[in-house]
Amino acid sequence: MIADIATVFWKEWREIAAWGRLRSKLGILILTGVFGIFMPLQEGRGWIENPAYLVMWAWMPLYLVSGTIADAVAGERERHTLETLLASRLADSAILLGKMAAGATYGLALTWINVLVGMITVNIAFSSGSLLVYQPAVLAAMLIFSLLTAVLAAGVGVLVSLRAATARQAQQTLSMTMLLFLLVPIMSTQFLPAASQAQLSQALEGLDPLQAGLTVGGMLLVVDVLLILAALARFKRARLILD
Amino acid sequence: MNEFAITSEGLCRDFGALHALDGLSIRVPAGSVYGFLGPNGAGKTTTIRLLLGLLEPTAGRAEVLGYDTRTQAAAIRERCGALLEHTGLYERLSAEDNLEFYGRIYHLSAPERAERIRTLLSHFGLYERRADKVGTWSHGMRQKLAVARAMLHRPPLIFLDEPTSGLDPIASAELRGDLSSLASKEGVTVFLTTHNLAEAEKLCHEVAVIRQGRLLAQGTLAELRARSGLPRLEVNGSGFTPELLQSLRARPEVASAEVQDGRLVLELQRDAESAPLVTMLVAGGAEVAEVRRAETSLEDLFLSMMEEQP
Repeated sequence: MIADIATVFWKEWREIAAWGRLRSKLGILILTGVFGIFMPLQEGRGWIENPAYLVMWAWMPLYLVSGTIADAVAGERERHTLETLLASRLADSAILLGKMAAGATYGLALTWINVLVGMITVNIAFSSGSLLVYQPAVLAAMLIFSLLTAVLAAGVGVLVSLRAATARQAQQTLSMTMLLFLLVPIMSTQFLPAASQAQLSQALEGLDPLQAGLTVGGMLLVVDVLLILAALARFKRARLILD
Repeated sequence: MNEFAITSEGLCRDFGALHALDGLSIRVPAGSVYGFLGPNGAGKTTTIRLLLGLLEPTAGRAEVLGYDTRTQAAAIRERCGALLEHTGLYERLSAEDNLEFYGRIYHLSAPERAERIRTLLSHFGLYERRADKVGTWSHGMRQKLAVARAMLHRPPLIFLDEPTSGLDPIASAELRGDLSSLASKEGVTVFLTTHNLAEAEKLCHEVAVIRQGRLLAQGTLAELRARSGLPRLEVNGSGFTPELLQSLRARPEVASAEVQDGRLVLELQRDAESAPLVTMLVAGGAEVAEVRRAETSLEDLFLSMMEEQP
């Protein structure tokens, strides 16, 4: 099973690497330019020392994974490669998990390249002799949260991709979903009465960071597991052939 | 090893109110090339999907290589190669990567993969372009690559849906030779669908004809001929007068006599001798340039079956 997941993972990465579209390569360069160079130069040492940026690094895989995972099933169906793949000896779960793993690691890899480039930028521009690095707790939280959100995006992405007729349609639906995922919590607070907003702000400030992190992390983990189970239940040969 | 690579009994598949396959019972001898013929929408693709366990039958059952398609589909797919309706190749990847992927899927070791990929690509004349993205290839080249992929892990049974579609006549003939030798030398069973009836005639040991999901006929070409057509005698020459035709029609061994495009076509009763008829023609004043005893072609058989009422 692990070998089969690795085989699908290998193929997906080969396809990502071979996808020579200028637009996607340019997108990656712009992203690194913004999050690896421009913003660190604007923020200075705070880019590394302020733990609030943790939220941004946790968000980034959502955006990056959704760009590739949309292609996972809808793209194969559109390019008529899915049926041949389903006619092979691979188990449904191996195909699905291999695709999800490839999408998630792609988002994670790019996120961590940006983290690294940002750290180098800050050290070159603002170091006063000693190396500026993330605090171990922040670094661990960044690793865990980026992983959890990458899996979240892969889970949502593969479910959307399963239902979409084309990769483009999947990508559009997924972009909207991710946008809502980000905007709804932010916008909804704007509609709260001022007193409630103040109460919420006070409550957030009073939170123990470790406890809050564990709670959010635990919730994300539960959602991730549920999404993987839902995707496994939906990804069935007979159904995909009829789709 | 079983005598039959594939057996099905009353296999049915419905899609809502549509009976895509209606009681299909076939037996495919192991080590043979089996032609599965039918017009578009006859149920050929549905049959392949059912035999590979990609779809569950509504009724009936089938065994492929001794495994039940309903309960042991994974074992079937492990042992089969397939070229389906579309080539199923990854166009962003090179030919080598496409085969590498399927070699990994079938757990071929790294040296074995390298050797098989080199052998197959060289055999199909694709080795020089192995590093090119498949998306830049012609349809014929892709078709050859897809056939190579189906053979990669040396499966005992290969499903090929229109394998020579898009191939030039030389490549088609070469592929026919390959498939024929796979069956005769390596004992591989080839389940082939094609619209090219001349190809099926040259290649297939047995054929089945389906229409609207129903099996119309199954057997060797000789068996099908015996069931549906009478032997014919074609005579090129001149002087085929109406009186001469009348005399021919009066003979018990002649079922019909017509002049078609200046050529005399006689439909004979089974086991009729042709020599006395030629003697009679010459004696009746006809000039005979060439006499040919023609077998009913698969195309004729197929078309006559398609013309029959459902």
